[in-house]
Amino acid sequence: MPENDHILRATNIHRYLGQGEYRVHVLRGVSLELKRGTIYSVAGPSGCGKSTLLYLLGLLDRQNDGEIWIADERMSVASDAERTAARNRFIGFVFQFHFLLPEFTTAENVMLPMRKLGKLSNKEMRDRAHELLGEVGLGNKTHRLATQLSGGEQQRVAIARSLANAPAIILADEPTGNLDVTNSNLVFDLLCKIARERGQTVLMVTHNPDLAKRTDILLRMQDGLFIK
Amino acid sequence: MENNLYIAVRFLLAKKRAMLMSLSGIIFGIGLFVVTQAQTSGFEHFFIRTVLGTDGALRVQDRIQETIASMKVVNPTTGAKSRVSISKERKYIEGVEFPNKIGNGLMQFENVSGVSPVLRGNGQIDTNFRKQTIQIFGINLDQHLAVSDLASQIVFGSLSDFRANPKGVMVGSMLADRVNITVGDPVILSQGGRSERFRVSAIFESGVEHVDKERVIVHLPEARVILAEPFSVTYLQANLLDTDRAVEDADQMQDVLGHSVEPWQEREKIWLDVFHALRASSALTVSTIILISGLGMFNTLAMIVMEKTKEIAILRSMGYTRQDIGQIFLMQGGLVLLAGSIFGCAFGVFGTWLVENIPLRIRGIFSTDHFVVYKSPWHYVAAVAAASVVVMIASWIPSRRAARLEPGDIIRGTAA
Repeated sequence: MPENDHILRATNIHRYLGQGEYRVHVLRGVSLELKRGTIYSVAGPSGCGKSTLLYLLGLLDRQNDGEIWIADERMSVASDAERTAARNRFIGFVFQFHFLLPEFTTAENVMLPMRKLGKLSNKEMRDRAHELLGEVGLGNKTHRLATQLSGGEQQRVAIARSLANAPAIILADEPTGNLDVTNSNLVFDLLCKIARERGQTVLMVTHNPDLAKRTDILLRMQDGLFIK
Repeated sequence: MENNLYIAVRFLLAKKRAMLMSLSGIIFGIGLFVVTQAQTSGFEHFFIRTVLGTDGALRVQDRIQETIASMKVVNPTTGAKSRVSISKERKYIEGVEFPNKIGNGLMQFENVSGVSPVLRGNGQIDTNFRKQTIQIFGINLDQHLAVSDLASQIVFGSLSDFRANPKGVMVGSMLADRVNITVGDPVILSQGGRSERFRVSAIFESGVEHVDKERVIVHLPEARVILAEPFSVTYLQANLLDTDRAVEDADQMQDVLGHSVEPWQEREKIWLDVFHALRASSALTVSTIILISGLGMFNTLAMIVMEKTKEIAILRSMGYTRQDIGQIFLMQGGLVLLAGSIFGCAFGVFGTWLVENIPLRIRGIFSTDHFVVYKSPWHYVAAVAAASVVVMIASWIPSRRAARLEPGDIIRGTAA
């Protein structure tokens, strides 16, 4: 049984991608444990399996072998509905691309995960969305459509959205990949600051070695395995 | 579900132009379906009203005589002789020999509202202007008024004049024009060497061409004299409370009365079949509009699903289930269907009103000076049902595809 201190635990994860002669053994028995309130980064060369690992831990993909536990719940063999519900409750995502819905305002985008969870009233959701957008420095742009923001602003909205349901874990896949240096540092610092304040765990995949060094724990990956 | 509807509405509003095309198709499809059905069933109902008002719901006519053909056989062993029936045949004796008795028997059926004896025969009308071959109809006026719309068909003269005058005649409008007679004119009716002088009491217009061209109505006793038929009648015309039951009632009556009974559905079968075919054909034709709109909707939704793969992926990553995603796209189709149905039905109401006022002169199997429509809620139900089936199938396929998208695959595809 996983310890209470660990919000996520993965053991002996194997993942193959592709078919036939193009089948690749991307993850070769990866294991890790994520402690609550800690910021992790995963760094490594392109194609080493960082993003694949992140998608598996985020229950967006299924491993070929191995176990995944999130908040003491065994997710590796759970049904699609259970995994989807777990994503809504426990996990927030920030991707390289912001994935904001263009038909909705920034506040409405942030409210989308809350609407699915269904625990707050409309007013409470709106207030929380405004609060989160304020924390990322966009409190005066709650009514703007997502398409009316700059790249850095859009990524900040994505961060606010990932925090909407106060998830235990935030999984970030190259969150600064599409941003310039200034915005990269801004977004990275924001993510880490908010996570630390709220005691949330962050696992970030990044190519940027400078950003990786600024996290609490750096995990290096190569050829589908963690290396020392 | 409310949440999914909220997202569906937003997605729909973002694709207004594309959805407007499908919406227009559905509105026109439903509206035109209703209008064409109102028209075709309008003419059909008008025709039925006309024939029922002229010739009644049932006709009791020839007496049925069962005959059995048999042969004499001899038993080779015992030498005993006997007769064996070898076939059963039916013989029809023309006319109704005992009209009062049969008429009383007919009135015992609960669905029968009136019975009128009719003596019919060919004859000739002779006026100051010309001679013309006619059909003489001898009736009992009060009984005949109970089984026809004769009272409302009088265009000149009066029934009371005909009632008061034993030598009065009522002449069809087209016949009156042809032989150039009017109310009050003397005429001579003749048949087989017998002739009698009459006076025109009224001119009627049934709307049925062959009736208005040939029929002359006289009192039954006078018809008996001209047609030399003192006792029997040609047929009994009956009307029913529920005319739709005519076929079932006719079968029963035939067994009981021993006379052939012809319901109006059989009598007018040819024209009724034509109307049915016309209605089916127009329904089919207009349904293609609905079908094409459905194809348009399918195309639009399929394009939206392809364009929205990223949105689907992020919604799934946030915790929206496959069912939610499917519902969001299905609801878009449903919303267009709802709007299309409401506006389509409104278009149907307006279109039907418009058509009703279009002038159209028809003389023949019935008489009208404008389009005839029959308004029924079932036309709207059928139109909306057809549209619903098409639109929901067209929406279901793309929505199912959207629900089956794997978020990991999409997100992986967008990673640099």
